[in-house]
Amino acid sequence: MTFKRKLLSAAAMLALSAGAAHAQISGGVVKIGVLNDQSSLYADLSGQGSVLAAKMAIEDFGAAKKGIKTEVIFADHQNKADVGSQIANKWYDAEGVDVIVDTPNSGVALAVSQVTRDKKKAFLVSGAATADLSGKACSPNTIHWTYDTWMLANGTGNAIVKTGGDSWFFLTADYAFGHALERDTEAVVLKSGGKVLGKVRHPLNTQDFSSFLLQAQASKAKIVGLANAGGDTTNSIKQASEFGIVKGGQNLAGLLVFLTDVHALGLEKAQGLIFTESWYWDLNDSSRAWTKRFAAANGGKYPTMVHAGVYSAVLHYLKAVEATKTDDGTKVIEQMKKMPTDDPLFGKGTVRADGRKVHPAYLVEVKKPSESKGPYDYYKVRATIPADQAFRPMAEGGCPLVAAK
Amino acid sequence: MTEIFGVPTQALFGQLLIGLINGSFYALLSLGLAVIFGLLNIINFTHGAQYMMGAFAAYFLLNKLGLNYWWALAVAPLAVGATGVVVERLMLARLYKLDHLYGLLLTFGLALVIQGAFRHEFGSAGLPYSIPEQLTGGTNLGFMFLPKYRAWVIVASLVVCLGTWFVIERTKLGAYLRAATENPAMVQAFGVNVPRMITLTYGFGVALAGLAGVMAAPIYQVNPLMGADTIIVVFAVVVIGGMGSILGAVVTGFGLGVIEGLTKVFYPEASNTVIFVIMAIVLMIRPQGLFGSR
Amino acid sequence: MAEDAYKPHASRDAAAEARYHRRAFVVMMALFIAAPAVVYPVFVMKALCFGLFACAFNLLLGFGGLLSFGHAMFLGMAGYVSAHAAKVWGLPPELAILAGTAASTVLGVFAGLLAIRRQGIYFAMITLALAQMVFFFCLQAPFTGGEDGIQSVPRGKFLGVLDLTNTLVLYYVVLAIFTAGFLLIYRIIHSPFGQVLKAIRENEARATSLGYRTEQYKLAAFVLSAGLAGLAGATKAIVFQLASLTDVHWSMSGEVVLMTLLGGMGTIFGPVVGAFAIITMENYLAELGSWFTITQGLIFIVCVLAFRRGIMGELEAWLRKRRAG
Repeated sequence: MTFKRKLLSAAAMLALSAGAAHAQISGGVVKIGVLNDQSSLYADLSGQGSVLAAKMAIEDFGAAKKGIKTEVIFADHQNKADVGSQIANKWYDAEGVDVIVDTPNSGVALAVSQVTRDKKKAFLVSGAATADLSGKACSPNTIHWTYDTWMLANGTGNAIVKTGGDSWFFLTADYAFGHALERDTEAVVLKSGGKVLGKVRHPLNTQDFSSFLLQAQASKAKIVGLANAGGDTTNSIKQASEFGIVKGGQNLAGLLVFLTDVHALGLEKAQGLIFTESWYWDLNDSSRAWTKRFAAANGGKYPTMVHAGVYSAVLHYLKAVEATKTDDGTKVIEQMKKMPTDDPLFGKGTVRADGRKVHPAYLVEVKKPSESKGPYDYYKVRATIPADQAFRPMAEGGCPLVAAK
Repeated sequence: MTEIFGVPTQALFGQLLIGLINGSFYALLSLGLAVIFGLLNIINFTHGAQYMMGAFAAYFLLNKLGLNYWWALAVAPLAVGATGVVVERLMLARLYKLDHLYGLLLTFGLALVIQGAFRHEFGSAGLPYSIPEQLTGGTNLGFMFLPKYRAWVIVASLVVCLGTWFVIERTKLGAYLRAATENPAMVQAFGVNVPRMITLTYGFGVALAGLAGVMAAPIYQVNPLMGADTIIVVFAVVVIGGMGSILGAVVTGFGLGVIEGLTKVFYPEASNTVIFVIMAIVLMIRPQGLFGSR
Repeated sequence: MAEDAYKPHASRDAAAEARYHRRAFVVMMALFIAAPAVVYPVFVMKALCFGLFACAFNLLLGFGGLLSFGHAMFLGMAGYVSAHAAKVWGLPPELAILAGTAASTVLGVFAGLLAIRRQGIYFAMITLALAQMVFFFCLQAPFTGGEDGIQSVPRGKFLGVLDLTNTLVLYYVVLAIFTAGFLLIYRIIHSPFGQVLKAIRENEARATSLGYRTEQYKLAAFVLSAGLAGLAGATKAIVFQLASLTDVHWSMSGEVVLMTLLGGMGTIFGPVVGAFAIITMENYLAELGSWFTITQGLIFIVCVLAFRRGIMGELEAWLRKRRAG
């Protein structure tokens, strides 16, 4: 009797393991965690919109029809590296999350990238800016998708100098991200033959920029470069308009500006602002169509490039999962680098060995109120930077994965 | 062009003027705090949130009721002051017999609730509010371009501060108020309704915060967190000036604005810290504050 | 303010008091030892670190009668030093934690010397000012990594033997540290020093007239509180492998006040209960961002208006009634 039982259980085990060999998807579900800022400075440019973008990607991929079960959860990292890494740890250890996406705020992204590497899962960064994610902090488990500080500095700096803005004054947020942005942009300006007439550092989350703007005015630089983000950027722009900086003949160059910032400021204040983005809803028909679907499900609010990046990344991730038949982080990321990307928003592109997704970048200028014909009709595209020039050359990044080759 | 410490005098005057403008906000806010603490012995941590509510009130008055800035200057402080009255009656009144620090904790908790609720509703990107027509543009003073609105801020807050000081220190009403805090029982015995005075005083202090909020709306972003870090700085101002002294709060507010402005020229990274350093020093040497009495 | 705090009764009840404490301690330890089987250990470790932080804070507030509004500076500074020691100097975890604790103790001496001379609201304000200065220092100083913080702090081997990368091993080490800190605080409170401290809290003038140098006692309490808060911060940095500005921000100072108030000021177990309650709440409300802030505020308000003795304070008062009646 016992022998028969043993035989039966052995047979059952064999059958189960055979079945298991086909479905190497952990827990039978591909679980996607959207980790971003849901309640403060970056909530509008990422937030719930990114969750929606991820869900749209799953729908468009046809996961249900292909028999791949998916689940999307989200959490608020509150722009704190400790909260972010704790959530990441909990998600990976105790909740079966396979991939984390979005994560604006460079400090948090770096922390989550490390946790992802330790646990051998996958991390697709759309919201964060630091170019270190594909540079010295690169990882075989992370892909930096939408934009980075190098792209911003290079796109904006280069293009502005070429169109006549050859003397600069920097208004910089006094923290690592601000310094990096200032340093990268300054390098580009000097290389393109421009001059930097001065710079001033302001504490993070400054309410009043009047004294700094005064210094910018006094320098008589043609371009006032804003190496800051979020509330600091919108505040400096608002107050610059009050002090008549643009009317006085100087132009503002925002180094990190999103559609939502322009929306918050209003065209009256933001007109003339020049900056770089890697996607805009009005670029082409497929983007417009996607935006219509997105806005309908997002209370009429239009998507930013961060949302588009989440969509594009999740879509490509699912394709890679289908191809490798597993959700093992390292393997999927490897596959994502092997497969060329193609989606309705960014078109065709590639993911490099250092984890950098590559696509064209666009230099845009904010329209005057009279030039805007509809909701969110804010930008005119001044220049397109081709994909092979938009991002830092792989050899210059100092990524250990690349140097090893 | 002459230079002082490597900074051209023109630029320096510009910065001093800007410092004065910022000082106006500090003075207005610390005035409200000083009134509340000086007369009621309540440490009103909610002041920052009430300042924020004033700015939001201005935004709503404009966008929902079509009332412009000038209306808002009158209506918003009243509305915010009214909420202050409710808070005082329902909550603060129960704490008077206890240690002051409970009042601090209550108002701290209230600030969290108000800020959290607004943030939940409005996010934190900020809402736009334009400078009123009559005050746009500015004059070129030679050493700098002074926006009209900023000049208005200095004038308006000076008027309000001096007016309040006058009422409290020089009128009969003010005298009753000061007497009521020193000896409520006796003043009550004279037939003055002390609890009502206290409620109205708290409401007045809160209304001052609301007024500061309305004045801030056109130049700073109207966002739920605008009061959160400001309140800590304003506390420092009040403590330096002397926690009970109206004059102290006003003078220190303007003074600290100027000092902060100067720091922004010579050592901008420290402009956030300089106030706290001064506060620590003053508390060491003269704990009752520069104008306080002990 | 401590007048409303739960006050232990006269020495006639001291034996009953001690029995109750022993029993409660055993229950608490049993719960903690068994916890990893049921609850995610990292969560419990976080609560233990904050529990120690709150106990250290309570030493100053509940027993010393001094409300510090800047205690985050000790938690955060120790965290930074500990993280830096482990990551850059390569010290093993026990030495890194000691370094962090030493740093916060030294900071406590300086801060204490400046703050102790004032009382009540002025004391609170000056601790706030000092904490803000520490915050800005941490923001600017290169070694702290500014907004990014110090990341990827290695966990290493405790005493060269215990591998802290194993979550369970790490848990029991953290539990041991917590227990040591907790017992130390208990000893301090129930020592002659602790008695004098309580006397000073009740009536400083009388204590002075009895010949006690109250300034020195208060300073000692302050420094002890700072050091133990630092122990919590230094340990936390190793557990989470991260030291960040969150831990030196003034809202962290507010949080520890809340934990102590909710748990019960002046009780032994109150701060631990308060810390667990707040961390649990944070866990569940993390996805709802602003709700956490709102709830925190509501708890403050409710506690101040109607629940001043806190959870353990109310519980102990009820137990007392049962014993008497």
